[in-house]
Amino acid sequence: MTNNEEFRVLSPTAILGYGFPESSFKRGIERQPHLIAVDAGSTDPGPYYLGAGKAFTDRAFVKRDLRYMLKAGVANNIPVVIGTAGGSGASVHLQWCRQIIHEIAREDKLSFKMGVIPSDINKDAVKKALTEGRISPLACVHELTENLIDETTYVVAQIGIEPIIEALEAGCNVVLTGRCYDPAVFAALPVMKGYDEGLALHMGKILECAAIASTPGSGADCALGILKKDSFILEALNPKRKFTCESAAAHTLYEKSDPYHLPGPGGAINLEDCSFTDIGDGRVEVKGSRFEKTPRYWIKLEGARPIGYRSISIAGTRDPIMIAGIDTILAEVQQQLNEMSGDNDGSQKLFFHVYGKNGVMGPLEPLLQTSSHELCIVIEALCPTQEQADTLCSVARSTLLHYGYEGRISTAGNLAFPFSPSDIKMGQVFEFSIYHLMDPAGEKLFFTSIESFRNGQKF
Amino acid sequence: MKRNILEAAKVIRSKNAGPFELTFDIIFKTRDYFEQFKSQQIINVKMIAGLLKIDESDILSIIWFAPANAVKITIKRPMPSGAPGETDIYGAQQHAPLLAIEF
Repeated sequence: MTNNEEFRVLSPTAILGYGFPESSFKRGIERQPHLIAVDAGSTDPGPYYLGAGKAFTDRAFVKRDLRYMLKAGVANNIPVVIGTAGGSGASVHLQWCRQIIHEIAREDKLSFKMGVIPSDINKDAVKKALTEGRISPLACVHELTENLIDETTYVVAQIGIEPIIEALEAGCNVVLTGRCYDPAVFAALPVMKGYDEGLALHMGKILECAAIASTPGSGADCALGILKKDSFILEALNPKRKFTCESAAAHTLYEKSDPYHLPGPGGAINLEDCSFTDIGDGRVEVKGSRFEKTPRYWIKLEGARPIGYRSISIAGTRDPIMIAGIDTILAEVQQQLNEMSGDNDGSQKLFFHVYGKNGVMGPLEPLLQTSSHELCIVIEALCPTQEQADTLCSVARSTLLHYGYEGRISTAGNLAFPFSPSDIKMGQVFEFSIYHLMDPAGEKLFFTSIESFRNGQKF
Repeated sequence: MKRNILEAAKVIRSKNAGPFELTFDIIFKTRDYFEQFKSQQIINVKMIAGLLKIDESDILSIIWFAPANAVKITIKRPMPSGAPGETDIYGAQQHAPLLAIEF
């Protein structure tokens, strides 16, 4: 590779389905990128989406974003790589996103070859790894057990760059993956072409959030990364934004526990010698990022398991006497409910989220007294069945509504409800059950299946 | 005369670092403030534990990151994201106690 060679990567949006301005995308395509890549997922929205097999992004907007990317990619012969399909990357999410791509191919009569890489891990393989001591919990995570594995709905692994490189080497123009290490979708192709892995992954780490790392930041705008032999350059594609040393360096902190060492499949990006330089025109050049392999090639597993059903009711109070005594009142209501449902073995849980007091921080709220003239109370019932959750929520709501607390002068009702019906079924509830590293012990786990389209028809 | 951290910091934020950890970033306005806070160890385990009402052993790390003039504090999440009793799935609104830091 010569010093002048460069590899340009277009990142259209922070998460597939968040959208981007057409003008920014066009500016990106005018820069003749060698790759269009997008990360489509995260664990941030909580355990439900992985556990239930649902997308957290909107189908219409995922389709909208994908249509721009696929049409431009096919027309200009630019590979398109999409990671963590459907938000959580299990097989069900992957199929959801694959169907959307099929629709676009048909509607726009596109011709391309697509590699689809599932990242589900067979539960027996996880149990075997557990027995053989090849599972390690991440910081602050519980020990894994066979029961937890059995109760988990989908187990996914974050794949690294290797399976994506395989698909690209097989001639795929479009690669769609299950759960994927976010930077890998951006780094796989340049690493395959011989670019430095540390720089490629660090660039991917920043591009996976697209314009969030620019200033003013936005999750719904495009960014361009230009990878060179010894550095990479970040460029915004909207004249309203620019990259600065501060914005790029600050983003390196985002959602990580240690900004100097960013772990991923098979190793970590080391940023101890990393430098950020402003090179003008809203561009920043980054140097010195290194990839360091770990002695064992660990992959990260994720999974969630169902723990019950939820119902909620939303209400407000404007009564100063009730507000002054709210902690005691809620404790007494809780006590009365416990007495009424004598057969509760602890599996039926009731929570009051009191907004205006400590709804956001709960027991960690440092301010003990509220100064608010009104409070919002969200009653939450979490029970083994939906019927039990509905019952507990309903009885908690009616009990609190008419509870005769000490000093009450407003005797017609304690709560203001904005809605009828007042109670909402929230459906099944999940919790993260697997967040562990696994050593696959050299076994190949991820395979590409290839499908080809000519004028929108599979052949 | 003690001064409030808002004089020295331009970003104070919290966010999940995965579902089991919560991380706080304080980005200083200038390299001078960064150096002052770092050399005087104004932000330390004892002070953070007090402000956040958590055990010192739940503070996983305090890392000074010069490229961004920032300090990062990572703690064990009070509960895993989305567990029963959760109040903030993304962990993005847990930073307020840090606004009381003085120097």
